[in-house]
Amino acid sequence: MQIIQPHYHAIARTAQDYERMSMSGVVAVCEPAFWAGFDRRHPETFIDYFAQISEFEPTRAAEFGIRHFCWVAVNPKEAENVELTNEVLKQMPEFLDKPNCLGVGETGLHKSTPNEIAALEAHVEMAMKHDQLVLIHTPHLSDKAHGTKTVLEVLSGMDVNPDKIWIDHVEEETIEWVLDAGYWAGMTLYPVTKCSPRRAVDILEKYPTERLLVNSSADWGPSDPFTLQECIVEYRRRGHAVQEAVEIFHNNPCRFLGQNPKWDIKPIRITEE
Amino acid sequence: MLSPKQTLDTYFLEARRDLLEVAALLDRYDESVSREGHNAKDESKLESLREAMQLLANPDHTKSNRAEQLLTHFAKIN
Repeated sequence: MQIIQPHYHAIARTAQDYERMSMSGVVAVCEPAFWAGFDRRHPETFIDYFAQISEFEPTRAAEFGIRHFCWVAVNPKEAENVELTNEVLKQMPEFLDKPNCLGVGETGLHKSTPNEIAALEAHVEMAMKHDQLVLIHTPHLSDKAHGTKTVLEVLSGMDVNPDKIWIDHVEEETIEWVLDAGYWAGMTLYPVTKCSPRRAVDILEKYPTERLLVNSSADWGPSDPFTLQECIVEYRRRGHAVQEAVEIFHNNPCRFLGQNPKWDIKPIRITEE
Repeated sequence: MLSPKQTLDTYFLEARRDLLEVAALLDRYDESVSREGHNAKDESKLESLREAMQLLANPDHTKSNRAEQLLTHFAKIN
């Protein structure tokens, strides 16, 4: 089965992960800009990072027959540094023009501070001005519900197109708010701290799937790129057809990301003899 | 050996995950009952899980042998 990893931090992962993903049917990964595990001090460090994910990383993925796309943003944790954020924002449009760059992300909230909210607004404004897709991170664990509500409040006060906005890391307590507001919702499957493959399938069975995306977890912390395949196996084990799985794990990413013409992977239909 | 604080800090998130999985299983069961219009003919596994959770919720465990008690409890289920 052909699979798309919509949210994958490749720079934190090994070539072996690419190889195994390729062997398991992954045809494309999308790499949002994220927190490196420490706060960067210089805008130039971000610029080099954006170059890495927009220029170098696609060559690494290509060795394994995987397409690589990226997003650029100052992540919410480092958005607390206003001066740095503003400097990086000034230089971001250059990267939005890169052939594999799909939009602005991941912006969003971590602790929902005033500085984070201002940065979120600035990122969304830039995205709308440049007709870009937006990927919005919502907080972890105990901050999730409050942060997700705040993201929705911020967006409701802006002139945005919900079709172009993906709010990520939803779980049982936040998914309804996101879908009811008309946005795309992403589930992120972590070994411990976020949604699990089984719970994700519960959600897929409970809600309309047209605006749902499913990500594995792939970063420098405890994470596992193959939670996505685990989720597919769980979905199929419960009796869902291959085409239903293709719709969720391949075609939905194509439909959302395909709003950017740089994304040229089309939805597929499995034919039966 | 870990201190009491280290014990909680080290294992809280994993326990949280595992409890969420149990909650999701119970929700999944309710959904299936609602979808199909009837309970499982034999609900002894469900009852066993509920009894196990009651056992865990009891704060009075002088012997710190909850795992042993649960194994004995679950051994009754075929």
